[in-house]
Amino acid sequence: MKTKNRGNVLDDLDWRILQVLQENARQPYMETGRCLQVAHSTIHDRIKKMEEQGIIEKYMAIVNLEKAGAKYITAIMTVFTDPKESENVAEKLSKFEEVLEVFTSLSEELLIIAKVIAEDQEKLHLFIAHSVAPLAGVLRIRTSIVTKKYKDEIFFIKGSHDSE
Amino acid sequence: MNSFSSNSRILRKLPRENAFYFFTSIGNYTGMSAMSLEDFIQKIKEVNIKSLEFHLHRGDFQKWTDETLEDKELSEKIRSLQLLKPVGNTLRDQLYFIASKRFEELKK
Repeated sequence: MKTKNRGNVLDDLDWRILQVLQENARQPYMETGRCLQVAHSTIHDRIKKMEEQGIIEKYMAIVNLEKAGAKYITAIMTVFTDPKESENVAEKLSKFEEVLEVFTSLSEELLIIAKVIAEDQEKLHLFIAHSVAPLAGVLRIRTSIVTKKYKDEIFFIKGSHDSE
Repeated sequence: MNSFSSNSRILRKLPRENAFYFFTSIGNYTGMSAMSLEDFIQKIKEVNIKSLEFHLHRGDFQKWTDETLEDKELSEKIRSLQLLKPVGNTLRDQLYFIASKRFEELKK
């Protein structure tokens, strides 16, 4: 089975390699090859190709900040914008290191939803007041501070992928 | 700096990054901002009273008038008001009175 993705063709083996990497990106090629019953050189070549194509963007450690003792708060910020400036605002927000995720959404009004991190409430407020509110096209902002996190996962690839 | 140029400086229009942005609580921006003392006085009349209470008690008005508008006299008057801990329309009326009186003095 092959799946097309913006000109890149992935077959079953590629998808299975991606599954393995999502579960453990540090697993040696040899072990992945044994697991998937192919040569480790094949695993190496396929991974290299997917890295070059940008299908695999990066490898990173997921740090549990609470266990690491980092003091921070997370907030979900909803930014109401002038529709003409919405894209600009989203792009500018994406450049701030305090902003971890940015989405645009269309309900009754055009919204930008962003996940923001700060050391404390005062720093969160100063960031929003001095860096977000002054952006051209921002009409108003609603912010909710997260009090407890129940789930935080990335999307894991599962099962086989049908061809188009 | 003579008093005329000092007054003109306080009354100047500010760039948007130096405007005063009215919030009702942490991170909740009302959509109202003031880019000059004159604009600030106008917004005192219009903005949600919660916003005036939030900023007065945090000392934000005092800080902005001192550090951004560079009007120590107005900042000091707002600080005195802050000590009285007014709320509701009393706060709105008193803040409006203080700021508009100062504005008239500076315009002379």
